[in-house]
This record gives sequence, structure tokens and C-alpha cells, in this order.
Amino acid sequence: MEELLRSLIGESWILYLLLAAPPLVFILLYALVTVWTEMKVSAHMQDRLAYMYTGFHGVLQPVADILKLLQKEDTIPTAADRPLFVMAPFLVFIGMYAGFAALPFSSAYIGSNINLGVFYIIAVSSIGVVGLLMAGWASNNKWSLFGAMRSAAQIISYEIPIALALLVAVMITGSLNLQDVIRYQEGGILNWIVFGGPQPLVQKLLLLPFTVTAFFILFIAGVAEVNRTPFDLPEAESELVQGYNTEYSGMKFAIFYLAEYANMFLVSGIAACLFLGGWSSPFGELMSGPLWGVFWIVLKGYFFVFLQIWIRWTLPRLRVDQLMYTSWKVLIPFLFVCLFCVGLILVL
Amino acid sequence: MKESRTLPTDYVSSPERTSSGRTLRTDEMILNMGPQHPSTHGVLRLELVVDGEIIVDVIPHIGYLHRCFEKHAEHMTNYQQVIPYADRMDYLSSMCNDWAYALAVEKLLKTEIPERVQYIRLIMAELQRIASHLIAVGTYAIDMGAFTPFLWCFRDRERILDLFEMTCGARLLYNYIWVGGVSHDLPPSFVEKAKEFCRDFRTTLKEVHDVLTYNEIFIKRTANVGVLPKDVAINWACSGPMLRGSGVDWDLRRDDPYGIYDRFEWTVQVGKGEMGTVGDCWDRYIVRMREMEESTRIIEQAVESVPEGNVQSSIPKRIRPEAGEVYVRSESPRGELGFYVISDGTASPYRVKARAPAFVNLSVLPEISRGAMVADLVAIVGSVDIVLGEVDR
Repeated sequence: MEELLRSLIGESWILYLLLAAPPLVFILLYALVTVWTEMKVSAHMQDRLAYMYTGFHGVLQPVADILKLLQKEDTIPTAADRPLFVMAPFLVFIGMYAGFAALPFSSAYIGSNINLGVFYIIAVSSIGVVGLLMAGWASNNKWSLFGAMRSAAQIISYEIPIALALLVAVMITGSLNLQDVIRYQEGGILNWIVFGGPQPLVQKLLLLPFTVTAFFILFIAGVAEVNRTPFDLPEAESELVQGYNTEYSGMKFAIFYLAEYANMFLVSGIAACLFLGGWSSPFGELMSGPLWGVFWIVLKGYFFVFLQIWIRWTLPRLRVDQLMYTSWKVLIPFLFVCLFCVGLILVL
Repeated sequence: MKESRTLPTDYVSSPERTSSGRTLRTDEMILNMGPQHPSTHGVLRLELVVDGEIIVDVIPHIGYLHRCFEKHAEHMTNYQQVIPYADRMDYLSSMCNDWAYALAVEKLLKTEIPERVQYIRLIMAELQRIASHLIAVGTYAIDMGAFTPFLWCFRDRERILDLFEMTCGARLLYNYIWVGGVSHDLPPSFVEKAKEFCRDFRTTLKEVHDVLTYNEIFIKRTANVGVLPKDVAINWACSGPMLRGSGVDWDLRRDDPYGIYDRFEWTVQVGKGEMGTVGDCWDRYIVRMREMEESTRIIEQAVESVPEGNVQSSIPKRIRPEAGEVYVRSESPRGELGFYVISDGTASPYRVKARAPAFVNLSVLPEISRGAMVADLVAIVGSVDIVLGEVDR
């Protein structure tokens, strides 16, 4: 797709704009769908109906919500640090959007096909923390500051298990380029890295327990990374009111929300790319191709988004020290064992 | 208030050293939790002295909902007129408040209560206990970050409110239990509906147990948190699930019987420290869950045998009890609810003093939350189950 566009319009800024647009369009559409899904899933879990009046079963409600948020007065507290306060939500959004740049949507489309894709995503996703810290600090509200401090500690702690879990997949495939990682897994569900990758049977069976563990840990750490229950301490509404976004309203608040929802898909998408074959079809040649690729990665990513919604409305929240304990004393040691054993199996 | 701001003896501040060896000055932060905070269950304001996430001290500030209940009571022209005010004290268990006040005035009057009224009052009070505990458990789930059990609890509370509505027309403030009787008789379908509720309610309890009570995260958040030892609980005059959670086997329904509780088969539930220490938040929570189960048992037995009869005893419209004073206590969902009523022989009470369990239970809060984390404080406040309407009256 990149070559096609390049041959059509040549090397210009329009080319880059066009190449950057699909993830944004996707994020916006996806956020509308997910807001609705989350409300409906939670409602049905709780014996409620949720939106029923705006359109069929309230499908238009997210649109109405956005229109409402657009019309809202954009309040900035007098005591706030204005430039930082205004900048924070956009920084969070940038961190998330930059991550989407390296997420392959199909064999034909990836925002930027860089060889260090995995590394790049881990790196840029941390930009969001700066945004959260900024929001908490600039709000000049003690609760927001608490939330920001918690989120910084949390995201830094959970970057490590994420990076280590991704390394397991990278060790098997031997590439940091996400397109290469996916091509490595092509040829059906059994070639997915979560099931040991396309190795000889014995090696595959030996790898299986470690890849499954790494995948689960990646998912858990991913949930923590995007601050969703049971790891939603930075915005724990019953403790910290709303954490870092207490003072935000209107469109700035909406952007925080958008970033959170998009992040949910980003971590799910990365997990799907590295462990579940990304855009490759689970049936080998059947239903594969560039367009089917989009379908498969959205389906796989969305499945884990749904899982995150499910978890959110089921589990209570952890405490700060328990959160740190989970990361440093449970997930990371497990991953070290995984890394060591995977390395050993691959060498032998 | 100032005296209570001393540091606990085991508190060690942690001066951090910079690379040059100088001590970096760290300071405690004073954080205002409430009166508008989602987890203070109303308009309670907690002044927290925090060192990072660790709580050094908690100073509760109350009085935001003070409505002069006791003074109002003195200025009524009739003893019966106090009941709507008693309704508004603990607005989550109005029936129990009404009953306690009615008991006090009836003791002053030395009237006999018809048998049917005894049954109706007991059924209503136990339904109210379930409704109140459902809110306690549901909001506690929210405090812990679990949203779903909260709505399950509210769904079932709604059915209890429906039962109340068909009986007396009100869903929150009933003005139902009057001195000498109750305002309306039970509607014909009440018994059937109550039985149906009891049957379905056990399923809800099981669901809540599955998703919350024995959830590993929930246990981690509540076990060994906010431990209230037996002796402290007694010294601070805690009562209700708060006291029973600490392992003290004390329930006024059994130990200072009123009504007809002695006719039914039920047991007093106490905390046993199954998940941690006796008297932790999990114990207080589980006592409430098990009490709901017991209340369901009581209701099931009581609705079977409601006798026919009058729902109002023959007392004059304007009650003029003999001069004297009386203290009557009863077991409200939150603990010992006592009414101290002085009569001077006129038609209005000379003095009404309410001993509010939530107020007394709240006072022990600083004692059990020093050294905990901010998130723990939310767990502790939730497990105390305060209703600010009753704390402030």
C-alpha cells in the first residue's frame, strides 16, 4: 500500500498524512463501538439494559455522548498550571497514537514498517506516563497528584513484565519487526507462538508451557499498563475520586478516555501480533489475504478488549503494594524462568 | 481534636538521604477526604495526615447532616409525630428506628401490643435489615472497585422496597410502625411475595459469595486490614456487626429480647477470623452476609404463622404517658439503637435522646486506621457501615 501510494502521489507530506490516517480513523470508530460495548456488556452482567432509546438498543448513544462532550464548557481550574494542564491529555494521546504506528493491520498496511517495531512500541507507550504525571501535577489537586504518582509507579513497573514477555516471542522468531514476527507464524492456528510456534513437534511441546505463561503474563501486564480494573488504581474512583483526570471535563476528558480505550486495543493488538499470529488467518491459506488480515487482527484484538471489559466488571481492585508485589515478585520471576527455559530449548 | 494528632508509637518517619548525605526533608501531607468523596458514604469529612500512601492519623469531622432530631422531638405536639423524624435518622433502616422509638414510648405507656403487630413489626424489621445490609455490602463492593455485586444487591433491595411500598406506600421513609401498632395492615399478597423473595434471595447471596466474598483480590484487600480487637471494640462501645465481627457474641435480639425473636430459630453470627485476624474488615463483611441469611430464615418462619387480629391497639389519639423516663435499646442493622425518652406527663416528650450505633462505631475509626494505606482506609470506612443521617441526627 505504501508503494502504491508512493507511485501515485510521489514523495510528499500528503503521502505521510495519508499513511498516518488509517489508525486514527480506526481508533475513532473503534472507540465509538467499544464505549457502547462496554456499557452493554456491563449492563447485561448487572441485570440492566443500559442505553435503549438512542437508536436500536442505543447504538447512537456514543455519538450523542461525543456531541455532548464537544459542547461542554472547557473548564480549567484557576489554580492549575495552564500550559501543562492543556497539554497533558494530548501527550497521553500522542503516546498511544505513536504506538499504533508500528502495529501491523494487514500484510499490506502498517503505519511504519520499522525493524525495531517491538522495541519502538515499548518505548513510545511510556510517553503516556509523562502525560498522566503532567495531568496530575498540573491539576493542583492532591487526589490528582496521588493518582499521577500511582500511575507512574504502576506503568513503570508493568513495562518490565511486558517487555520480558515480548522478548519470549522475539527470541522464538528472532526478529523485532512485527511484520516478520507475524509472517513467521503464518500457516494456521498451530503455528502461533502461544502454541509453541512453527517448530518441530518435540520442541513445540517443550515450548508450549512457557509461551502460554508468557502470553498470560503479557495480557495481565497489559491490563495493568492501560490502568483497567483490577489495576485501575490511578483512577480508582472510590479512593482517589477520579485520580489524574478529576479536574478534567469536556473534550480534554474525552481525549483521556479515548486514549484509554485505544490503549486497550493497542496492548491487545500487540499481544495478538506476537503470540496469536496477528493478521494471519487461523485456518492457514483459507480466508487469508490483505483484507482478511484486517479482519483477523481486529477480531483478535477485540476479543482481548472484550476480555478486559469482562474482567473490569467482575473483579475488585488491588491495593498499591499488592500491585507492586504482583509485578515484581510474581510476574517478573515467572518471566525470567520462561526466558531462560525458552532460550535453553531453542539452543538445544 | 488537637490531642488526637499525635503520632502512633510504632510510626517511624523515613528520612531519605541524598547522594551528598544530607537528609531530604520529607513532610506529611494533610489530605481532605470528603465531605464530597465517593467513599465516605455521605457527607463525612476525614482529615487525613498521610506520609505517602501511609496514614499517620485520621480525624473525622462530622455534623454536615445535623438536623436537630432531638430538639425537634421535644417540640412535637404528639408522641406519634416524632416517628417521621425517627425515620430520617438512619434512612437506610427506617423501620428499625420507628420500632425502637415505638418500643420506648410503649414502655412508658405500659401498653400491650397485639400479636399480629408483633409479627408484622418483626417481619418488617428483618426485611429492613436485609435491605440495609445489602446496601452495606453493595457499597463495600464499590469501595473495593467491584461494581457488579453492587447492582445485584440493589436489584434485590428493590424487591424489598416493593414489599414495603405495597404495605405502606413509601419506599424509603415509611412512618409505618406507630406507637401501639402499625399504620396499615399487610396487603393480601404480602406473605406470598415475601416467601418468593426469601427463596430468590438465597441465589443472590450465593452469587455475591461467588463473585466477591471468596474472591482472592477481595480477601487480600480486606483480610488483616483494619483489625478491631475484641477489647478495643468493647471499650469503644461498638455494637452490631462491628462488635460481632470482632468475635463478641452479642446481639440484642437474643441478649436483651424485644419483640418476639425468641420464638424463632436463628443464630447470632460472629467473626471467626477465617481469612485473617478476628475483627478485620473481611470478618465484619461476612457477619453482614451471614446475618442476611439468618434474617431470611427468621422471615420465612414468621410469615408462616402471622396470626389474624387488629393492627392497632386501643390507645388514645393524644398519648399522655405518666411522668417518668425510659431507655429502650434494640438491634438495628448497624448495632445498638437506643432511645432514652423522658416524659413529664404532657402530650409531647420532655426529652428524646437517641443512642446512634453508627456514631459510636465511627468514633473507633482513627483507632483502627492508623498505619494503614489510603486504599485501606476506604476499606475500613466501608466496613464500619456508617449512615451519616444517623451519625449527625
